Amino acid sequence: MSGDPITKPITKPITKIETHVRFDFTITAGKHLTSYLRGLARKQILGARCDSCAKVYVPSRGSCPTCGVPTSGEVELSDRGTVTTFCIINIPFGRMPFDPPYAAAAILLDGSDIPIFHLVRGIPVDEVRMGMRVKAAWVANDQLAPTLQSIQWFEPTGESDAPFESYADHL
Amino acid sequence: MTADLLSAPYVLEYTYTRSTGPVIGRFLTGLRDGAIVGVRTAGGKVIVPPTEYDPETGAALGEFVDVGDAGVVTSWGWIAEPRRYQPLGRPFAWALIRLDGADTAMLHAVDAGSETAMRTGMRVVVRWAEERKGSIRDIECFEPEGAA
Repeated sequence: MSGDPITKPITKPITKIETHVRFDFTITAGKHLTSYLRGLARKQILGARCDSCAKVYVPSRGSCPTCGVPTSGEVELSDRGTVTTFCIINIPFGRMPFDPPYAAAAILLDGSDIPIFHLVRGIPVDEVRMGMRVKAAWVANDQLAPTLQSIQWFEPTGESDAPFESYADHL
Repeated sequence: MTADLLSAPYVLEYTYTRSTGPVIGRFLTGLRDGAIVGVRTAGGKVIVPPTEYDPETGAALGEFVDVGDAGVVTSWGWIAEPRRYQPLGRPFAWALIRLDGADTAMLHAVDAGSETAMRTGMRVVVRWAEERKGSIRDIECFEPEGAA
């Protein structure tokens, strides 16, 4: 009865609950990110240069985060670059691109002053290293789309490693 | 120009599993078994949903009591356009409901049909979900007493 202390035994008490949190956003890319994404559908990687400090950002957000001034125009970057830092993913989680272990890296594209993040394949994960030269592995031409997934991953070029000094200011 | 900009769905989700602790766990176990469980403080107040500690003294609590499955609306707000994942797919009220035998009010949905059917002080009764598994959603909603 209501109000009386409960004396009957409990079977299978609840100890855990699933609390599923989900947000459904629609992201609008904006002018500069749209241009960058459309470039990827043409196998172009587009950045922008700051007229004040001359640094090249990819993708461009339309302004220089250091100088606070708008960037002007676009700069096409190489699809080759240097691994500046990386990590090996060993622990499985939802929606993995590949079975672990696999490598994700910050890659400083030639001509850029900030790295982009992408996967590195085509080499055993324990051989991925700072300074390693890599190039984009694009999807087939009929699979190109305005998304960074137009690049499947980066893979070694076979060139000699870049000297640390060449990317030391971009870590 | 806007038409030229790219946009795309972006879903952010977290599929947490959380430990309930002994007190909320007891509350949810009660819901699964078709009962609403509160906790009694040393001062004799019954708190629903139960808390682990007495909000007035900080003392640990553990004397669980069943409360009634009907009660009084103490405050409410009308939801004219329910959103996905809300408890009801038609207009409803979020309400604070002080159940019989309880000294605090708990938040839940009231399926009143229309805003004009809602008023502070009205009596409502629980409508249990068809399948109960130890979740606040084991209570489908509350409905005006005598409506069914």
